[in-house]
Amino acid sequence: MKTVLRHIALLFSLACAVCISGFAQETRTERPEKFDSKSFIFGHTGDSYCYHITEINEKPVCVWLPVIVKCKDGGGWHCFSSKHVCELEDGEAFEHDGTRFRIEPIKAEKYPGKLVEVKPDGGLSRPFDLSFTKNAFGIFLVCAFLLAFFLPAARKYRKDPMAQPTKYQGLVEWLTYMVLDGIIKPNVPASKVNKFAPYLLTVFFFIFFANLFGLIPFFPFSANVTGNLSITLVLALLTYFFVNVFGNKHYWKDILWPDVPLFLKVIPIMPIIELISTITKPFALMVRLFANILAGHIIIMVLMALIFIIGGMYGAGMGGVMSIVSIFMSVFMTAVELLVAYIQAYVFTMLSAIFIGMAQQETEHE
Amino acid sequence: MDLFLPESGLMIWMLIAFLIVLVILAKAGWPMIMGAVEQRNTHIADSLLAAEEANNALAGIEQKRQEAMAEAQAEQIKIMKESQDLKAQLIEEAKVEARKEAEKIVADARLKIEKEQAEAMANIKNEVIALSVDIAEKLLQRELDDKQSQTAYIEELLKNNQPRIEA
Repeated sequence: MKTVLRHIALLFSLACAVCISGFAQETRTERPEKFDSKSFIFGHTGDSYCYHITEINEKPVCVWLPVIVKCKDGGGWHCFSSKHVCELEDGEAFEHDGTRFRIEPIKAEKYPGKLVEVKPDGGLSRPFDLSFTKNAFGIFLVCAFLLAFFLPAARKYRKDPMAQPTKYQGLVEWLTYMVLDGIIKPNVPASKVNKFAPYLLTVFFFIFFANLFGLIPFFPFSANVTGNLSITLVLALLTYFFVNVFGNKHYWKDILWPDVPLFLKVIPIMPIIELISTITKPFALMVRLFANILAGHIIIMVLMALIFIIGGMYGAGMGGVMSIVSIFMSVFMTAVELLVAYIQAYVFTMLSAIFIGMAQQETEHE
Repeated sequence: MDLFLPESGLMIWMLIAFLIVLVILAKAGWPMIMGAVEQRNTHIADSLLAAEEANNALAGIEQKRQEAMAEAQAEQIKIMKESQDLKAQLIEEAKVEARKEAEKIVADARLKIEKEQAEAMANIKNEVIALSVDIAEKLLQRELDDKQSQTAYIEELLKNNQPRIEA
């Protein structure tokens, strides 16, 4: 059985390798320009205005997401399908209500990969961009999943709390109490658990499922949600909000009037340092989550890009060999990423819980 | 690089979506799940405690039952012993009573015999007196005749009255 599986895996990977190298050769012969690894990698890890699924006969198969922008300098709101701007040739622009738009290429110096307004004089201006992008879609997908996953269980519990839980409820219970008993209760004072548990649980499952969805490489998943700084920034801001707005008197006293020699407080060195430290904590949270997830995605993309780079340099044969290596490495990396998906959700929630717990501490722990 | 610049539009979408989910789950999700699980936990703990108490009570009842059994057995033995004692005592008393009765009967009989004896003696005395008087009477009548014949006569009389005297 094991050997059969091994043979199948080998055959499968060889078939993939041949396909990919053939494809690489084809692209190389038809489009003689060099394989653009930067566009490839950052195009897949970054945000985008349309949901690119695949290409059939050189024609992209996409889900066109709406572009919503408000032009600067008194311009109005514009809302149109991203189909119009994604399929433009170089140098063209799409005109909507008298304003011309185009998406800058990823290689561009300014506004790479972003929608820009092309002024009549040829200058570029970045409008206020509220487009429902791939990542926004990813966010809503995760949110919808969270609601669809947890609310039916909650309704069952509300209907009859004492009923024997179903297997699905058991799963929900296990997931919830894994976070509650493992992360929240050890760090947040017992009297405050009910107050902060909803935020911490939601954050944990949002990050966890966003990470997992990001690893699934096909529509409607694969959006690099938690590997995007805007999203981790919002999460970090929420943690900052929950730590500082609900922080008690003792916490604020420790920041503004800490137990240090008087001269350090009269010239407010310590209070300034403490205030900065309240910002650095969520900042670290933001960067940690963003960097870990982005790095994971980039590594997988690099492994894929390597096939084409090697294929381009040494021909399709080497590309084929490289693809076998890449596939095994990608499988390994994806397995590691599964681990990271959980660890990063755990770390973010754990540190948030610790910061919230510290801001709720009544007496000094010596 | 733009990768490291947050995008305001995406931030707004994120904030809206996340806050909606947070509010919905905080109102209708987590409290229900946590509440139900806590409720079940306390219920199970209470049930276990109650079961243990019931077990303890049952053990107490069993012990009490055994104690009662032992007590009843002891009581039974005691009662049997007492009844046997009573029986022996009753028999003893009856014997004593019977002896007393017998003695009384014997005493009564003796008394009666004595009385009859006395009566008989009295009768004999009366008889003797009557005889004496009789003899004396006759003697007196013969005295006048002859001394010798008198004595013979007395002896004859006595001889004649021998059975009476003997009686």
